[in-house]
Amino acid sequence: MKNKIIITIVIFFFTFVFLIFYQGLNNSNIYKPSNSENKIIPKFSAYTFFENKLVKSENIFNQKKFYLLNIWASWCLPCRDEHPFIMSLKENEKLEIIGLNYKDKQKNAKSFINNYGNPYSKILLDKDGTKAIEWGAYGVPETFLIFENQIIKKYIGPLNSESISEIKSFIK
Amino acid sequence: MKTLKLIFIIFLIFSLNYLKANETDLQNKITKNLRCLICQGQSVYDSDSDFAISLKLVVKKKINDGLSEKEIYDFLTEKYGEWILYDPKFNKNTYILWFLPLLIFLGGAIVFKKLINIKK
Repeated sequence: MKNKIIITIVIFFFTFVFLIFYQGLNNSNIYKPSNSENKIIPKFSAYTFFENKLVKSENIFNQKKFYLLNIWASWCLPCRDEHPFIMSLKENEKLEIIGLNYKDKQKNAKSFINNYGNPYSKILLDKDGTKAIEWGAYGVPETFLIFENQIIKKYIGPLNSESISEIKSFIK
Repeated sequence: MKTLKLIFIIFLIFSLNYLKANETDLQNKITKNLRCLICQGQSVYDSDSDFAISLKLVVKKKINDGLSEKEIYDFLTEKYGEWILYDPKFNKNTYILWFLPLLIFLGGAIVFKKLINIKK
């Protein structure tokens, strides 16, 4: 009788452990950050790219319209790929595109803008990358769609035609 | 009097040094418990990636702003989720993680006791 109890406990225990590990096999070990969270945008102040004036975020995202914050750098190759897509959003009146220039040299960033065009109504500087951290960003490129001080959607990596049509459907 | 002044100055320098050391200790402690999200298996403290360098600066800035260790963790979990912490907090998602070793230990103890009883 006692033996039976022990065998049952052991079998039960190993099945339990097996099930837990088996479940774990299906989980991806690549961390995917969630990208559709309604978080309030951080408050920060940054220098502007052209005028070199200190501005507060409250004075940037203060209108009742959609904002697209794009984190970019001239040294980042995927940023070049996504740039035409951002340019295609430039004419949209319901959307204001803000750039956050990440750990870049001003000279290189200027020539990037001159070569590929400037879709941004404002470009802010993030020389040490701390502003990107405040936004919860991982690196460049990263784009945030904002409405009424809330992040509606976060795009990690370069924008593509799919994400552009999604952004367009949001601001319709 | 002059020597007294000198001693005082030396004491001041040393105490400042001590304060600064404490600050870096805390910064290191925090960054060692933060996962570098864009590297594989490295802490923010160990990594030299752009992300980790900026995160170290942010932690330093937050310490200077007077935030406690817990407040810094809360700030970063809010931005990046629980995954950024190596030492997960105790909540409904992690209680199995915390209790499983204890359960396994108790299970083992029960089996061990039964075996001894059988032998007797």
